[in-house]
Amino acid sequence: MWQQILPGLRIKLFMTLLLGVIYPLAITGISQVLFPHQANGSLIEQNGKVIGSELIGQNFAKAEYFQPRPSAAGNDGYDPTSSSGSNYGPTNQKLVDRVKASIDKFRKDNPDDSGPLPADLVTASASGLDPHISPASAAAQAARVAKARGVSPDQMNTLVAKLTEGPDLGLLGEPRVNVLKLNLELDRQFPKK
Amino acid sequence: MTSSGVVQILLFFALILACTKPLGAFMARVFDGERTFLHPVLRWLEVLTYKIIGVQEEVEQRWTQYTAALISFSIFGFLLVYFIQRAQGFLPFNPQGFNAGNVSPDLAFNTSTSFITNTNWQAYSGESTLSYFVQMAALTVQNFASAAAGIAVAIALVRGFVRQEKKTIGNFWVDVTRATVYVLLPMSIVAALLFCSMGVIQNLHGYTSVVTVEGAKQVIAQGPVASQEAIKQLGTNGGGFFNANSSHPFENPTPLSNLLQMFLIFVIPGALTYTFGKMVKDTRQGWAIFAAFSVMFFAGVIVAYNSEQAGNPILSHLGIESAATAGQAGGNMEGKEVRFGIASSALFATVTTDASCGAVNSMHDSFTPIGGLVPMFNIMTGEVIFGGTGAGLYGILLYCILAVFIAGLMVGRTPEYLGKKIEQKEVKMAMLAIIATAFSILVLSAISTVIQFPAKGYWNPPGAAIANINNSGPHGFGEILYAYVSGSGNNGSAFGGLNANTPWFNLTIGLAMFMGRFLFLIPLLAAAGSLAAKRKVPTSTGTFPTHGPLFVGLLVGTVIIVGALTFFPAIALGPVVEHYLMNSGKLFSAISTAAAGFLG
Repeated sequence: MWQQILPGLRIKLFMTLLLGVIYPLAITGISQVLFPHQANGSLIEQNGKVIGSELIGQNFAKAEYFQPRPSAAGNDGYDPTSSSGSNYGPTNQKLVDRVKASIDKFRKDNPDDSGPLPADLVTASASGLDPHISPASAAAQAARVAKARGVSPDQMNTLVAKLTEGPDLGLLGEPRVNVLKLNLELDRQFPKK
Repeated sequence: MTSSGVVQILLFFALILACTKPLGAFMARVFDGERTFLHPVLRWLEVLTYKIIGVQEEVEQRWTQYTAALISFSIFGFLLVYFIQRAQGFLPFNPQGFNAGNVSPDLAFNTSTSFITNTNWQAYSGESTLSYFVQMAALTVQNFASAAAGIAVAIALVRGFVRQEKKTIGNFWVDVTRATVYVLLPMSIVAALLFCSMGVIQNLHGYTSVVTVEGAKQVIAQGPVASQEAIKQLGTNGGGFFNANSSHPFENPTPLSNLLQMFLIFVIPGALTYTFGKMVKDTRQGWAIFAAFSVMFFAGVIVAYNSEQAGNPILSHLGIESAATAGQAGGNMEGKEVRFGIASSALFATVTTDASCGAVNSMHDSFTPIGGLVPMFNIMTGEVIFGGTGAGLYGILLYCILAVFIAGLMVGRTPEYLGKKIEQKEVKMAMLAIIATAFSILVLSAISTVIQFPAKGYWNPPGAAIANINNSGPHGFGEILYAYVSGSGNNGSAFGGLNANTPWFNLTIGLAMFMGRFLFLIPLLAAAGSLAAKRKVPTSTGTFPTHGPLFVGLLVGTVIIVGALTFFPAIALGPVVEHYLMNSGKLFSAISTAAAGFLG
């Protein structure tokens, strides 16, 4: 019996060394050399300070910024130390209440926009950290942002179109707009006076 | 369904189909001990492993010894994962200073069980619980180990069909070593670096504290993610580095990385059908199984995709665009990421539950009732739609045994499969495996919907077990049912709203995982032993061919009927009734803990 049991302990210790220490450390070393930007979290620096990651969404509440989707990560949303969706089922009263509140707030903030709202703009993402909104969700906010920054809606639409990413390789996933990148570009091109 | 959605699904399937033969043939050579193109580079590591663990490559094992080895392998894995978690405060690579206080004994038990059984259920939330060392040395290692064990058992079962009048079915240690050295490790290295190039993080520093554009503080969790992400998918493990799993942008940053993840989940289970065909010297047998897999896969993805694209009528009435347009995906976007939209989310949910992976890129709890039923039903079948690495093949072979048995009953002949007479012992063992899973799902779910605990007590601080649900009404029952389905099926995905990190749920879901893994594997190995001892009977005109469309249909029918009949009442009480209630606009408010005596 022992001859079946002892190898279990030995192989587990060996695997821990090989696959639990050497393998991840080797991958860390290689990726730090080949892909340092990605491996460290695709961080964005401004004036020498890190202001976020291009892959991680952050809260924007001011009228002059495009706003992200509702987030269930942490108490205030967009907390990368507690990534999570709302996990509300389709018949949950809380889901409907939250969506209603988002719609009301959106209508109040964006009186110029009418028509049905894009689904992603009033629903919480799976991670709570979704860095993107759909192009339609950006378009719906464009008039508000343009007004807050004193530029024409056309200029705003052009900027949104410029920052819209198509599906990967032309066919994978969905077209999308990175909210943080868009807002940083806004500050560069149309700084708020 | 949009045309781009359909194209994505077909492209994914084409990739799997294209890799089935080359990878399958490669694995057949590996497990027959023949030389491959990787031997010049990696043979030394294989030999070194045998030397270190003290195993002779040529010595084979009977099924009982093979099982003992498997159990020993799993028990030491369990102990290591348990103690590394509890001792994390004293171990290196722990910049956030997590300690035993973050991992209660019941949570550590649950996670250890989860990772040795290839379930990878997450009662923990990685970024706020586990140090980098635990993620690497405990969880990543088990991701390899449980997948390698799954492949080993599948190969041993196939040997049972191939051999005649033999007492042995191979050597567990050799099979596990070969699976790791030649298949899992090289593919993981390539995949990890690809992931990294796409934006998956891989570092060891502490969390990055930033001040956002609007001046708020944001702490960005970091870690060695890419190395774990690769084997998490390739080994159909599915335990995320982060709580949000593959929906987290650091685990799955782009639609391209998403395609790679799904590819990794299916590629080994798909290829093993060819390995099987090659080993039994009739590749048509393997393709027949591949065809059965494909039929069930497409059925699932079509239903899930349509339901999610149709969306939630209750929200549509509030003035939300539910149809897909050029600028937005429409449908049910609650719990989904913009970059994946509806198609890639529904496809991922189908793939991850067809296989025993359980990684998620969208929150199944927020799916529409029928959209959420697809993942649940996929797991209920026993994960035999491509299935887990190894687990899919041994699971479907068990259904093949049942299918020929049923066919044999219909025509009154002794059933045969691949020239082996299927007799009392094999059928008993197959049924034992299926009943064990059903028992653990249904009995444990039933208990959890009625059991009461004192509030603030040890077993379940919120009180009654159903006080832990996040949604009331039939959906709340669905959360509990899904938890035990996922545990018993060794899947690991969840209706994540259930607060499963209490001693009651940690221990019972842990028990479900044990039953689902070992009461499935041990009967199978027993069947392998008994099959290997038999002589082959020559094919005659009365032999039922097991490579044609008729057999594929019979096999799919057996899977669906055994799955559906066993679980139909539970499904009817959960997602089915919820579907009709949703369409009639019925909403459910939270039930108070005091009133939580019954559901809804």
